[in-house]
Amino acid sequence: MIIAKVWKFGDNIDTDLIIPARYLNTSDEYELAKHCMEDADPDFVKKAQKGDCIVSGFNFGSGSSREHAPIAIKAAGISCVIAKSFARIFYRNAFNIGLTILELPETDKINEGDILEIDTQTGKIVNKTKNETYQATPIPQFMQELIESGGLFNYAKKMIQKGV
Amino acid sequence: MEKMTISQKILARHADKEYVKSGEIILADVDLAFANDVTAPIVIKFVNDLGGVIADKNKIALVPDHFTPNKDINSANQCKIMRDFVKQNNIQHYWESGEVGIEHALLPEQGYIKPGMLIVGADSHTCTHGAFGAFATGMGSSDVGFAFATGKSWFRVPESIKFIINGKKNKWTTGKDFILKIIGTIGVDGALYKSMEFCGSAISELSMDERMTMCNMAIEAGGKNGIIAADETTINYLKERNITNFEIFYSDEDAQYAKVFEFDASSIEPQVAFPHLPENTKGISEIKDDIKIDQAFIGSCTNGRISDLRVAASVLKNNKVAKYVRLIIIPATVEIYRQAMREGLFDIFLDAGAVVSTPTCGPCLGGHMGILADGEVAISTSNRNFVGRMGSPKSFVYLANPAVVAASAVAGKIIDPNEVVK
Repeated sequence: MIIAKVWKFGDNIDTDLIIPARYLNTSDEYELAKHCMEDADPDFVKKAQKGDCIVSGFNFGSGSSREHAPIAIKAAGISCVIAKSFARIFYRNAFNIGLTILELPETDKINEGDILEIDTQTGKIVNKTKNETYQATPIPQFMQELIESGGLFNYAKKMIQKGV
Repeated sequence: MEKMTISQKILARHADKEYVKSGEIILADVDLAFANDVTAPIVIKFVNDLGGVIADKNKIALVPDHFTPNKDINSANQCKIMRDFVKQNNIQHYWESGEVGIEHALLPEQGYIKPGMLIVGADSHTCTHGAFGAFATGMGSSDVGFAFATGKSWFRVPESIKFIINGKKNKWTTGKDFILKIIGTIGVDGALYKSMEFCGSAISELSMDERMTMCNMAIEAGGKNGIIAADETTINYLKERNITNFEIFYSDEDAQYAKVFEFDASSIEPQVAFPHLPENTKGISEIKDDIKIDQAFIGSCTNGRISDLRVAASVLKNNKVAKYVRLIIIPATVEIYRQAMREGLFDIFLDAGAVVSTPTCGPCLGGHMGILADGEVAISTSNRNFVGRMGSPKSFVYLANPAVVAASAVAGKIIDPNEVVK
């Protein structure tokens, strides 16, 4: 269960907004965190608190395959990203590095500053500020298994041990 | 048995299955996995943390193309991580500055890409290689690290969208305009999670360079991959590189498609994508205002190949770059660089007042070799024009084909090549 304050963004938040390429000369998560969402909102890292969440529109994470994008978001302390839809490479990357993401068509109903109670297992989201409940698409079976085995790295470890 | 698309067939083959259906999750053998200097450090950490195991060194490649020649200290360190890993593990498929080219131009040119292959790259434009009738898709570094270590990757089998382009294209229209038209039609998430299959007589008439341009931008519509079935043109390109051992896959006659789009090539004029999304397209004749530019860029994995440079040269010949405008031309590989030089294209470029550089991704992603200042406007043959893409978040990037970019560099504003060619 996550309790998080909302930071709201629009559609097509692409990977150049999330972590501009000028910062890709490092893969250090603490460095990347400092520039999270910089070209979308230069003050984001100053305002966001650990545990806050991002709520967005269509096609979040579009553009590059840079894993630095979900890494920057997670390292900045964001607990969860909720969007109407995710670009597919970002979607995979988020799961691989353990950033919780949920798909929800009704993100327009959520405002910046709302406090959400998010059940990551079932996808049920309660907006405590507005007294509304939404149902996000539950995380797909395979992704649940990936998460349960401890993420992509541990999945790889098991495969290698099995001699695949 | 149920009918399958070309993408399904390639996935099924690599998962050792007779049939795979859309939405199914499979674990498949990967023929080639690669990364560049920006994405490799995380791949390498993943592999090293697993004990350094590499499933098959012949099926991996490391291409330092983004921030090379070393752009700054951090980038130099990232390249060093890559180089050290290559040396430690005796990896053959690695190119140093002076040999290296942009990954999605270099790998096909050097014969690493064949029809029917399953290819994953830690770069979103890996979809380029679908031009050869391969299934090629971009992934994050951890996924590619997984492929390096295990030789496999997991995939969710995509549905496909078919794009049929028939008819004859006009003088200045290219594969770039075809794909910009498509993205403008369906939007930047119009092919989300889907395979984009390109076919039709106009596609058959495209060179391999232009097919690569088209497949390169499948990701800009959110596509999982772009693909063009191999044909005579593909076979000849491969023959020139002494490659003859491959299997060609085709979609079944009545395979299922989520959608089918048809275009008439003769109705597609050169397209320009306006800031700040590749879907924001207009035909060149629809642009009535004077859009002044500060920089023009010809290069990138989208349009840095020899045919792109030849077209640019045909526009720049006997012309000069407009005052206060920078034209930056970057051949995508050393072979292309040499060929352009031999053909006299560099004389045309230098006489026009252009910058000519060693292969690098450089300005495409705002790395180096031509960054934009606050308020500046660029027109580029690259693939993305998001906010801040080429430098300042207060700059503007338009996307177009090499002829339009070259013409605009001469005119100092976005213009139809017909108005500039002497």
